[in-house]
Amino acid sequence: MENVDSVKAKAIRTGSRPRRRSSLWSQALQQLLKNKLAVSGLAVVMLVAIVCFAGPLFSPYTDNKINMALMNKPPSMQHWLGTDKLGRDVLTRVMQAGRISLTVGLASMVLSVFLGTLLGAVAGYYRGIVDQVIMRVADLLLTIPGLPLLFICGALLSDWKVPTDYRMYIVMLMLSLVNWPGLARMIRGQMLSLREREFMQAAVVLGLRDRRKLFYHLIPNLIPLIIVMATLNIGGAILSESVLSFFGLGVMPPTPTWGNMIDAANNMIDFQEHPWLWIPPGVSIFATVIAINVFGDGLRDVLDPKMKR
Amino acid sequence: MSILLKIDRLVTQFPAEEGVIKAVDGVSLRVLQGETVCIVGESGCGKSVTALSVMGLFQGIAGADIRGSILFEDRDLLALSRHELRAVRGNEIAMIFQEPMSSLNPVLTIGEQLMEPLLEHLKLSKKEARKKAVELIEQVGISRPEQIVKCYPHELSGGMLQRVMIAMAISCRPKLLIADEPTTALDVTIQAQILDTLRRIKEESGMSILLITHDLGVVAEIADYVVVMYAGKVVEEGEVTRLFEAPKHPYTRGLLRSKPVLGQREESLYSIPGQVPDLLALSPSCYFYDRCEHGMEICRHREPALGEVGERQRAACWLYEEAKAHA
Amino acid sequence: MSVYLGKRLIYMTLILLAASLLIFSLYALTPGDFISGNIKLTPERKAELREIYGLNKPVLERYALWMKNALHGDLGYSLAQQKPVLTLFNEYLWNSFLLAAVSTFFTWVIAVMIGVISAYKQYSWFDTLVLVAVFAAMSLPSFFIGLFLIKIVAVDLKWLPPGGMLTTGSNATGWAYFTEVIHHMTLPVIVMTILGVGSLTRYFRSNMIDVIKQDYIRTARAKGLKEGKVLFSHALRNALLPAITLVGFELPALFGGSLIIEKIFNWPGIGQLYMSSFSLRDYPLLMGFTMLIAVLTVIGTLLSDLLYRLADPRVRLH
Repeated sequence: MENVDSVKAKAIRTGSRPRRRSSLWSQALQQLLKNKLAVSGLAVVMLVAIVCFAGPLFSPYTDNKINMALMNKPPSMQHWLGTDKLGRDVLTRVMQAGRISLTVGLASMVLSVFLGTLLGAVAGYYRGIVDQVIMRVADLLLTIPGLPLLFICGALLSDWKVPTDYRMYIVMLMLSLVNWPGLARMIRGQMLSLREREFMQAAVVLGLRDRRKLFYHLIPNLIPLIIVMATLNIGGAILSESVLSFFGLGVMPPTPTWGNMIDAANNMIDFQEHPWLWIPPGVSIFATVIAINVFGDGLRDVLDPKMKR
Repeated sequence: MSILLKIDRLVTQFPAEEGVIKAVDGVSLRVLQGETVCIVGESGCGKSVTALSVMGLFQGIAGADIRGSILFEDRDLLALSRHELRAVRGNEIAMIFQEPMSSLNPVLTIGEQLMEPLLEHLKLSKKEARKKAVELIEQVGISRPEQIVKCYPHELSGGMLQRVMIAMAISCRPKLLIADEPTTALDVTIQAQILDTLRRIKEESGMSILLITHDLGVVAEIADYVVVMYAGKVVEEGEVTRLFEAPKHPYTRGLLRSKPVLGQREESLYSIPGQVPDLLALSPSCYFYDRCEHGMEICRHREPALGEVGERQRAACWLYEEAKAHA
Repeated sequence: MSVYLGKRLIYMTLILLAASLLIFSLYALTPGDFISGNIKLTPERKAELREIYGLNKPVLERYALWMKNALHGDLGYSLAQQKPVLTLFNEYLWNSFLLAAVSTFFTWVIAVMIGVISAYKQYSWFDTLVLVAVFAAMSLPSFFIGLFLIKIVAVDLKWLPPGGMLTTGSNATGWAYFTEVIHHMTLPVIVMTILGVGSLTRYFRSNMIDVIKQDYIRTARAKGLKEGKVLFSHALRNALLPAITLVGFELPALFGGSLIIEKIFNWPGIGQLYMSSFSLRDYPLLMGFTMLIAVLTVIGTLLSDLLYRLADPRVRLH
C-alpha cells in the first residue's frame, strides 16, 4: 500500500542521522545478498559452471572412447548416469556438453548485448538518419519470425558443410543476430528519455563533446539495465541453442551440447527405454536457466526497481 | 457537545530495514460533534498516519502495528472486525485525500465511482444512486452535473476532482469527515473554494471534520480546535484563537513565526533550524530539543508530558513543567 | 488518427516487402531444393522439372514472380504435397488455432487469477511459491518438457495418447470424434499452458502490485467497498488495461502454430507442416509460412497499439 511505503520513506528520508558513506554499488550488493532466492540462484549457476568446467578433470571417462561392450547401460556405480549408444559415460558427456552450452550462452549474450547497446545507444543519442537506419533494420529483424530464421541459418550451415568445430561459433553469431534488435530497442528508449533529463541538459549547457556525453554521462546510467538484460539474456540464449541443437540445426555431434544430447529422444527406442540419455541434459538446461533467471530477477530488483515488470 | 471520536494513546509503527518506525507515538485527541479539529505539523510528523489509522486503512498490511484505542461513538474501531469496519468506512467516517488527480480511478467514470458507496452502504438501486450522484455533484458546486457523471477523471481539473471527492465522501452523510491535506495539491484560489465548500457542507450537515494540514492558513480559516504534532507526538493543542494568540510550545511558536505575514517584511523569512529527527533513533527526550532555542538539560533525557498551560490549552514542554514545579 | 493509421500502414507494407525479399533470398541461398533431394529422378528429368517450376531462373526474377502471384492471393504450389499452399494452410491452420486458442484461454485465466491473488498476498508463502513456479515455467525448454510429459504421462502411465490428433486409422464422427480430439489435445494444451503461464502471471502480478499501491485503491477502500470489489472492479481493470496490448502480440501464436510443440506432439498443425516441409526444402510452403507469421506479427503489433488507444480513456480522446 502506497501510504505505508510513503510514510516509511518519509520517515527514513527525514532522518537527520548521517547516511552510511557507501557507494551505490556496494549498497546494491548488500541488498542483493539479502535476497535469498537470488543468492541461491547465483550459487546454483556457479555450481553448474564449476561442475561442468572442473568436473571432467575428475572423470575417468573423458577420452570418450567408444566401447561397444558398454552400450546403453543404465545408471550404475561406475557410470552414475549410465552410458550412451557408443558406450560413453553420460555424466561426463553432460558436463562436457555443459561447457559448450554455457559458453555459447555466455558468448552470444556478450555479443548481442554489445551490439544492442551500441546500436541502441547510438540510435537514441544521434537520432535522425542514424536512428532511422538502425531501427528500421531492427524492425525488419523483429518482423521475421525468429525460429524459422534460425532454422534457415542452421540449414545453410549444414549445406555449406561448415566443420562441426566452427559451428559452435556461428551458432553464437546467429543467436546474437536474432537477439540484438529487442535489446537495441530497449536501450534506445532509455536513451531517449535520459537525453531529456536535467543532468543531461546540464551537460549540454557545459558544452561537453558528443563522445564524452555518450560514454561518460549516458551509457554509465544504462549500466544497471544492461547488466540485468545481459543476465536474463544468457538464459534465453541457452534455451535457443538447445532448441536448435535438438533439431540438428545448431551445434552438431560429436561436439556435445545439452540440446543435441536430448536428440536421443528423437529415437523411439532411446526415448522409451533409455531415458538416462536425454533426461539429465534436459534437467541441466532447466536447472541452469531457472537459476540464471532467479538471479537476474534479484539483480533487477536491486539495480533497477523501476523496470520491474 | 458530545464526543464523537476519541483517540487514546494511539501508537502506529512499521517495521523498516533498520528497526521499527514509530510513526505515531502515543497520540490522544478528541473530536466533538460538529467540531472541526486540525492536526498540524511538518511532513513526516505522523499526522497522516493518525488519520489512516482511524480509517483502518493499515489493517491487514504487512507489519503495521497499531495499539491504543480509537473510540468512535463508544465503538473501538481497532477492535472491529474487517467486516464491521468496512460498514463504518465511507458510511459513518469518510475520507478525502491530498491528490485528487490520483485518488480517483482513471478507468471508471465519475458517476460510477460516486454511486459505489451509495450502492454499498445505503443499498440504493442503480437508478436511485445515479439520481443521487447528480444531486451530490450539484451540492458541491459543480455545474452541468448531468455531463460530469459521464466524465472520466482525466477530463476534469484538480479542483473539480477534489469536489467530486468531497461529494463522494459526504454521499452517505457521514458523522466524521477526515480530510488529509485536501488543498495542498491545488492552486491558491481553488484552495479557498474547496475550504468554503467544506465549511458550507459542514454547516448544512452538522458533521465533524478532522483536517490534516501543514498549512497554518488553512487552520486559521477553518479550525475550531488545533492539535500540533511533532515526530509522532502531540506537542500542543488548544482552541484555535488561543493557540494562535498565545502559542506555548517553542515548536508551535516557530511554526507561527515561519508563516509570512503581509505588510511585515523582514530581512529573511524565519525558519525553524535543523531537521525533523530520525524516527528510528529516538531515546526518551524532548524530540524537539536540538532545534529548540530554549533547550535545557532536562529536555535531553526526559520526555515532557502534555500538561495544562492555559484555558483549554495544553503543551508538552519542560518550560511549563519547570514553571509549575517552582510555583 | 487517420493520418497516423495511414503512415503506419505504409510503413508496415514496406517492412513486409523488405522482409519478404530477405526471407526469399535466404531460402534461395540454401543449396538444394525439393527436386535435388529426390534420388529417384534422372538428371535430365531433374532439369526438366526445374524448368517447369522455374527453379533455374535468377533469384530476383523468381522473387518478382512470387510477389506478383502473392499479391493476387496465390502463394504458389507445394511441390511435396502437390496442393496449392493456401489450400494446405486452410487444412492445417485450424488445427493449430484449436490448440493455441484453448491453451491461450487457460493461460490467461490462470495467469490473471494467480497474478491477482499473489499480488494481493504479496510476500506470503503463496506468493513465494507462485514466484518460484513462475520462474520454473519460464525456464523450461519447451521441447524437453513436452518429451518428458509424453514419456511419463503417455508412455509410462498410458493416461493420454502420446501424439497426433486422432488415433491412427480412426474414423470416428460426431461426439466420438470430439472426445477423441479432446483426448489427444489435452497433453499438448497442458504443455503450452505451462510454457505460457509463467511470464503472463508475472506480468499480471507486477501490474497488480503497481495498481494496488495507487491512491485510487486507497480511496476505494476508504469508501468501505468489499475487498473483492476493490481488487476486481478497481484494481484488476487497471491492471488488465496494459495487458490489452498483449492480445495483439498473441496473434502470431494463435494462427501461426507452434513449431516445437506441434512437432513433438505430432499435431497436424501448420507448425508441424512447416517442420516437415523444411527438410524437404519445399520452398513455396516455407516461404508462405514465414510470410504468414511476419504478416501476423506486423498486424498484431498494430492491433496492440489500436486496442490500447481504444481501451484507455486517458488516451481515447487524443
